[in-house]
Amino acid sequence: MNKAIKTLTNGILRENPTFGLVLGMCPTLATTTSAINGMSMGLATMFVLVCSNVVISLLKNLIPDKVRIPSFIVIIATFVTLVQLTMQAYLPALYDTLGLFIPLIVVNCIVLGRAEAFAAKNNVGLSLLDGLGMGIGFTLSLTVLGAIREILGSGSIFGLQVYPDSYAPLIFVLAPGAFICLAYLMAAMKKIVK
Amino acid sequence: MVYLLIFISAIFVNNIVFSQFLGICPFLGVSKKIDTALGMGAAVTFVLTLATIVTYLLQKYVLVAFHVEFLQTILFILVIAALVQMIELVLKKVSPSLYQALGVFLPLITTNCCILGVAIMVGDGTWVSKIPNAESGLLQGTVYAFATAIGFALALVLFAGIREQLSLNRVPKAMQGTPIALLVAGLLAMAFMGFSGVV
Repeated sequence: MNKAIKTLTNGILRENPTFGLVLGMCPTLATTTSAINGMSMGLATMFVLVCSNVVISLLKNLIPDKVRIPSFIVIIATFVTLVQLTMQAYLPALYDTLGLFIPLIVVNCIVLGRAEAFAAKNNVGLSLLDGLGMGIGFTLSLTVLGAIREILGSGSIFGLQVYPDSYAPLIFVLAPGAFICLAYLMAAMKKIVK
Repeated sequence: MVYLLIFISAIFVNNIVFSQFLGICPFLGVSKKIDTALGMGAAVTFVLTLATIVTYLLQKYVLVAFHVEFLQTILFILVIAALVQMIELVLKKVSPSLYQALGVFLPLITTNCCILGVAIMVGDGTWVSKIPNAESGLLQGTVYAFATAIGFALALVLFAGIREQLSLNRVPKAMQGTPIALLVAGLLAMAFMGFSGVV
């Protein structure tokens, strides 16, 4: 029981994908123009992470060691296609905003990284919790970064206008703002964790 | 003329790292020295151009021809992974010196999202929206992929040069490592924003 809780919280705090492991930077920077976008990207990644962790953990004894990585990639790509088609059907507006970054979940280092480092060595239950923990950690950091960029760059939070957007410096929604916000957020996290 | 526009747009205006956020992991990971940055840049240029040609042909003559476009993600990532392995084997046999120079970077490229990203953009033809008069075809698509890779190499080398200087300076403790690198990338991205509107 203790181990289960530890596995779950590991991804949220100590080995947070964004701030601890510094993995999956591309979607982190590209899709966090608003809190909602960041959260959706995080949830989509979480779904893939949980599903691929479970399936890989179940199949780990059947997959020969030499073709391990290609097999993992096929499993991950299958779930990504699932997310892609579902989102296209039910949330077309969101699909258009996230665009290219949905299929690119395949090459997100966190997903393959957890498959290789955790799911290939542990049982199904723990792999599920690990995927869930990592997914929550990733979603949280994307949501926080998205919220900060949204409130600075367009004066709203989760779409709710806080102050007129004509006062908001647009740069935070554009590319440079992503790098700069993440830099300071990471430095702040470093300070807090220590 | 349109080829010149593709080059300027892909390298400066819509730089793959600074405005499209693709390939950030290698951009942060292998940019501590100019030499390694050049090696990675060359390897990406090589693989990206080849991968785009192969995936474009597959998209046109397999996926679209058989109406199975939804398999795009799975097919492309497998083809890219196989292609990278093949390039590694061929280079080892044909040109050991080139293999020596690029060898270490090749396995890393499979999970570099700018390869899959550009392959999907060229396969779907969405890249043409950024460049006036461009048409989605094999030749222009390949030129776009090549120019994008040059843009990636340029970003990597510029960034590595700054980081080499930066390592000699004293940085506040919390900002050391990735945070300061991201801050520098932010300033570079701001500089690249100056090109917007050129094309």
